[in-house]
Amino acid sequence: MTSVEAVWRIESARIVGALARYTGDLDLAEDVAQEAVAEALVSWPRDGAPDNPVGWLLATARRRAIDAFRRRAARDDKYTLLATGESDGGDGHLWDPDRIDDDVLALMFVACHPVLSPEARVALTLRTVGGLSSEEIARAFLVPVATIQARITRAKKTIAAARVPFEVPPAADRKARLGGVLSVLYVIFTEGSTATAGDDLLRPDLAYEAIRLARTLAALLPGEPEVFGLIALCELTASRFPARTGPDGEAILLEQQDRRRWDFSAIRRGLAALAQATSAGRGLGPYGLQAAIAACHAHARSVAETDWERIVLLYEALGRVAPSPVVELNRAVAVAMAGAPGEALTMVDELVARDRLPGSHLLPSVRGELLTRLGRTGEARAELELAARLCGNARERAVLLHKAAALG
Amino acid sequence: MAKYMLIMRGSDESNAKMAEASFDEMLEVVGRFNEELIKAGVLVAAEGLDDAAQGVVVEWSGETPVVTDGPYGETKELFGGFYILDVATKDEAVEWAKRMPAFPGAKCEIRRVPGVDEFPQDNEWIKKEKAWREQTGQL
Repeated sequence: MTSVEAVWRIESARIVGALARYTGDLDLAEDVAQEAVAEALVSWPRDGAPDNPVGWLLATARRRAIDAFRRRAARDDKYTLLATGESDGGDGHLWDPDRIDDDVLALMFVACHPVLSPEARVALTLRTVGGLSSEEIARAFLVPVATIQARITRAKKTIAAARVPFEVPPAADRKARLGGVLSVLYVIFTEGSTATAGDDLLRPDLAYEAIRLARTLAALLPGEPEVFGLIALCELTASRFPARTGPDGEAILLEQQDRRRWDFSAIRRGLAALAQATSAGRGLGPYGLQAAIAACHAHARSVAETDWERIVLLYEALGRVAPSPVVELNRAVAVAMAGAPGEALTMVDELVARDRLPGSHLLPSVRGELLTRLGRTGEARAELELAARLCGNARERAVLLHKAAALG
Repeated sequence: MAKYMLIMRGSDESNAKMAEASFDEMLEVVGRFNEELIKAGVLVAAEGLDDAAQGVVVEWSGETPVVTDGPYGETKELFGGFYILDVATKDEAVEWAKRMPAFPGAKCEIRRVPGVDEFPQDNEWIKKEKAWREQTGQL
């Protein structure tokens, strides 16, 4: 990483945010910002880094934007005024300390706009808010660079075509739109914490990126308990990373994890964020509830000493605010752990009967576990083998096959 | 991601300037910088130290340690405080250090803070330290 890249990583959201407000055009803002970075990569090593690197990048990007407006003014009068720009030679009024936080927030909301596909939201957020390059995003998601580039280009065209305004959504839409932003950050986190494809179980850099963006969101929107709920969930989940893989990268399940390897500073930060979410007194949302479940594990010395009764109650609450078959499945696991594997199997069979989670390895893998517990070994082995066939992650698949083999 | 410590080192020149500066102004400038770190999601910990004149130095120059009162005579640089940041690379830590409010003559040293996970996990002493960190909620 050069100093240009380090500046970009720290400042990309504010630079693109300020430019998007100035130009009213996210596509153009992102393009001219990238051009300024490319120019810096050539001129800073040659002429030395400027005293005010951010001002330099902004002024350069702004000049490029004015050039673009001049070209457009030839075709369309509405660009004429913009094309004149301010002639003070500085960055105009781009860098407004009173507006910069709103610029970053607006950027987050626009990058996570519901008009975009979920994949496009993730790519655009990592690129414009996180300051990651297309190469970095492609590497993180194990897809070709061209795919990510196309996804980002299309996303920016969609934003322009739908005339999405560059603003923090008005109060009436705020809650729903914030939910959209949180879900993008959580998708980024989960991709880092349970890689859905490939040979590695974890991509901690991606998970860390999600936490960093969530912390920024919390600093900009301190009154939103669910943002703290999301931070708590991510921190508490990430606290188990050091214990989740063995020496050869193989997956180690919660039950077998050496809890002394958990990252206790992450647990402390997670519990603090959860307390913050709880203290709002409005009841926990879906992320807060999942964080509360993760906190039950963080507090427990072992699986046996875990408060499974409380976890069952928390899953029931989660099922009410955010019903999903995965939540039902997890509730069934908790019911089994609380001492009722037979009841849990009935719950899982109901999910199978209603064909919830078709094609997922989760259903057969939980059924396999429950049947093992109930001593129905033959059926258990078949289910675990089925789960292994459906599972996309090589490390997880190895664990499932190992369990099936252990049944003899 | 990695943790880096930004160690502030003052000189006679920077310390003299700091002594003349308005305390309220300093609080505001440092407060703004800290807020930037918080908004960027990178701040782990930060502390500043009291006047060096109130400190003492224990020195191992002979057979037994020698204790000297501050401000330590010919010392050229004095450790004044630190930040611990959680960042992706050393360059990012350097970039933050460049933005730190400082008086002319001051220095900032940037050092990586290895995690306890980088030590042999089966070592008795490391196990004890991890248990202590867990009980007390240390970083």
